[in-house]
Amino acid sequence: MELIFEISKPGRATTDIPQSDVPEKDISAIIDARYLRDELDLPEVAEIDLVRHYTNLSRRNFGVDLGFYPLGSCTMKYNPKINETVAAFPEFTCLHPYAPADFAQGNLQLMFSLQQLLKNIFGMAEFTLQPAAGAHGELTGVMVIKKYYERRGEKRGIVLIPDTAHGTNPASGALCGFETVTLRSNADGGVDIEHLKSLMDETVAALMLTNPNTLGLFERNIEQVAQLVHDRGGLLYGDGANANAFLGKTRPGDLGFDVIQLNLHKTFSTPHGGGGPGSGPVGVGSKLVDFLPVPRIVKDADKYKLSENFPHSIGRVRAFYGNFNVIVKAYTYIRSLGAEGLTRAAEMAVLNANYIKEKLKPYYDLPYDRVCMHECVFSGKKQVAESGVHTTDIAKRLIDFGYHPPTIYFPLIVPEAIMIEPTETESVETLDQFCDAMIAIARETKENPQRLKDAPFSTPVRRLDEVLAARKPDVAWKKP
Amino acid sequence: MDYCPHTKEDIARMQKAIGVKDIEELFADIPKKFRLKKIPDLPGALSETETIALMKNIAARNFMPRLTLTGAGAYAHHIPAVVSHLVGRTEFYSAYTPYQAEISQGLLQAIYEYQTMVANLTGTDIANASMYDGASAMAEAAVLCGKMSGRGKILIARSVHPEYRKVAQAYAWANSYVVLEIPYAADGQVDTKTLRKEIDDNTAAVLIQSPNFFGCIEDVAAVSEAAHARGALVISGFTDGTSLGLLKPAGCAGADFVVGEGQSFGNPLNYGGPYLGIFAAKEKYLRRIPGRLAGATVDKNGKRGFVLTLQTREQHIRREKATSNICSNEALCALAAGIYLAALGKNLRKLALLNVQKTQYFKEKVSSLPGWRTIFAAPVYNEFVVTCPDARQANDKLRREGIIGGYELQNDYPELENSLLFCVTELISKEDMDRVVGILK
Repeated sequence: MELIFEISKPGRATTDIPQSDVPEKDISAIIDARYLRDELDLPEVAEIDLVRHYTNLSRRNFGVDLGFYPLGSCTMKYNPKINETVAAFPEFTCLHPYAPADFAQGNLQLMFSLQQLLKNIFGMAEFTLQPAAGAHGELTGVMVIKKYYERRGEKRGIVLIPDTAHGTNPASGALCGFETVTLRSNADGGVDIEHLKSLMDETVAALMLTNPNTLGLFERNIEQVAQLVHDRGGLLYGDGANANAFLGKTRPGDLGFDVIQLNLHKTFSTPHGGGGPGSGPVGVGSKLVDFLPVPRIVKDADKYKLSENFPHSIGRVRAFYGNFNVIVKAYTYIRSLGAEGLTRAAEMAVLNANYIKEKLKPYYDLPYDRVCMHECVFSGKKQVAESGVHTTDIAKRLIDFGYHPPTIYFPLIVPEAIMIEPTETESVETLDQFCDAMIAIARETKENPQRLKDAPFSTPVRRLDEVLAARKPDVAWKKP
Repeated sequence: MDYCPHTKEDIARMQKAIGVKDIEELFADIPKKFRLKKIPDLPGALSETETIALMKNIAARNFMPRLTLTGAGAYAHHIPAVVSHLVGRTEFYSAYTPYQAEISQGLLQAIYEYQTMVANLTGTDIANASMYDGASAMAEAAVLCGKMSGRGKILIARSVHPEYRKVAQAYAWANSYVVLEIPYAADGQVDTKTLRKEIDDNTAAVLIQSPNFFGCIEDVAAVSEAAHARGALVISGFTDGTSLGLLKPAGCAGADFVVGEGQSFGNPLNYGGPYLGIFAAKEKYLRRIPGRLAGATVDKNGKRGFVLTLQTREQHIRREKATSNICSNEALCALAAGIYLAALGKNLRKLALLNVQKTQYFKEKVSSLPGWRTIFAAPVYNEFVVTCPDARQANDKLRREGIIGGYELQNDYPELENSLLFCVTELISKEDMDRVVGILK
């Protein structure tokens, strides 16, 4: 398909600019010519061409509305349309962030209320909605931890991170000046308690734990893990990427977590937008509340306002207050589902994952054969051994069957990992059809491995040369 | 209302296939003492009708202003109708990050086009797929300069948005960098004399914004020369992105990184977010910059296609050694920005000119009120500072008429007592401005 630049033609435009209704002055009399630009290189396209261009691009893209999207750890559930409708209310979209508080009572009430709901759902003392995404929330949470020790005058430079963790965890620790040390998993896929005991001392600021972890397994020894960390004065950080698994079933605050970051675009179904915007609220226990970012929303009688008056705060991690429009969708979603709906979401998500796990177990290696939570992780190593077909080939072949592939090659401790998260919004028929496709591919691996290696066949482009892309980077188009 | 399609029969069949009698068995790994019966204090489910009513009620507690004369980092511009229609395609918004390139060509190509437009617009060579917002983009650039140079000091102009400075401060604190603020000169630009004095061999980067928070256009070339002379890098932001349609971009005036808020390009005000952080740089930093990058390549038949590239910079590959921890960015906002820029095309210059003309008109009108005067002589884009007898009272007068007035600077700059930062975009008519001046009289 042509680039927007390749369909550009001088003299065309989509948008016209209104005539000036004020007396016009010569620009050089207002702004010195040395501050003005010489040329402006942007596409020139007529409206119909612009609309066709982006509409055609959209047709070359796969979203949840087109089909099953079992991308592990990403919780690609259906995004209810009512959320989009509500978020488009002009009262929500048109207000300036510096509108006086008496213009923005609805917005402030909504944010305050969402914090209350999240506190109840997750058992934390307070939440901030400021971080723009999950990893941004992690960074915020780790900053809070750093501030806590700074305030106590304790020097703790290490953060422990299980070998199953998302890459953002060690990166967030590092971006906050911590040394990260890897904590091993045991044979059951949980935390290796003996290893934790050997690592945990007064130099450790926190353990960053994802629970359920990226194998889709709940940490059975969570009470002991929390105790080991707390006994040595450490803090327990929870990566809430997988929170969809336990809504209404348990609460991180009750399990001993001191900090937790959420991903509203996953758990609370604000769409992921093709890579964002997300929203990554951070919840903390009572001893960390003072360190949350400012401003915070305070309620004074029936009025809400923003306050910067929290002297021990880490400060700010972004301008303004958060991805407000995403927050509107999450609030709408939680209120629609209510307590019972959220619990049912977790139950059906876990039911769906276990159903897939049982149906595919005979065909794909299952490294941790126990009840899983919201996702299950297979290994493609049987297929590698049988016919040299790799997980990536299986993933690419799935595209031809009309599915978005699962997450692959993650978590790192499972070779040739295939990580499947069906979410609760998929029907048993969809799961059956998907499993049939996976089983057909397993068969094809034996009968026609080359077909998998050549896949996909049904896409506008065939398999792309990623090595070339990295060796000769072309990240901005240049006129030939 | 929940969105689970499971019937009782479905559940029974699935439980049988799994080999459990009750769904509760699937949660057996959660220790009993921590099991929840029901989420406490959470309201019950609502039908769609009830949800809409509830949300309308909340929305109605907002007051819709008749006019907004505040910018200060978020700008009300006309958004062409095509933008929301195209961004609203669910193939885009209901997708995840384009990890699987073959079924994500639409987003990948759109991001590649966005990157190209941003690089051209900022006068740089390359741009990433977006950061969270302008402030975090600037902060990450500062941390990157510290890491690359091994130097420990970051200089930031006081004429940079106060919230951006706070974000840079937080990121710098987390990485043990020292941040020093450089005052502004009498004309509203950064004080280059003090700047020259403070730049030393331990200075990693100099952070400025042009136009700056006061609306003034900075002399980026002079700042760059001063910084580069001591081996420090220059990170230049901007306030309203539409200024780039008219003003010489910082990338053409020596800046190493151009970062800023891209909200002006097709994204509604949304009470502060979601917006998008623009992050652009000279080519030589390509392998060091944070965030996702879409790159062109070919498929096995030699056909052009796009992938996420240079991922060895990123956290999911490099973990603690990654250039940043960023994962999700603001892809859909970047898509809107790309569509906006393609829709405007060369008309972006006309739009910028219109903003300048209207701002000049209002600036002259308002500063001719008795007791009102502009305080900075440097040229401005679509914002300017004016000092008046009583800023709060002036804003209160406007508020009573449903108008959001100027940004009150004294909260962030105690020395700028009774000073207001006004913003005029193409949405403000001459009639509006005349009315505002009438109210302030």
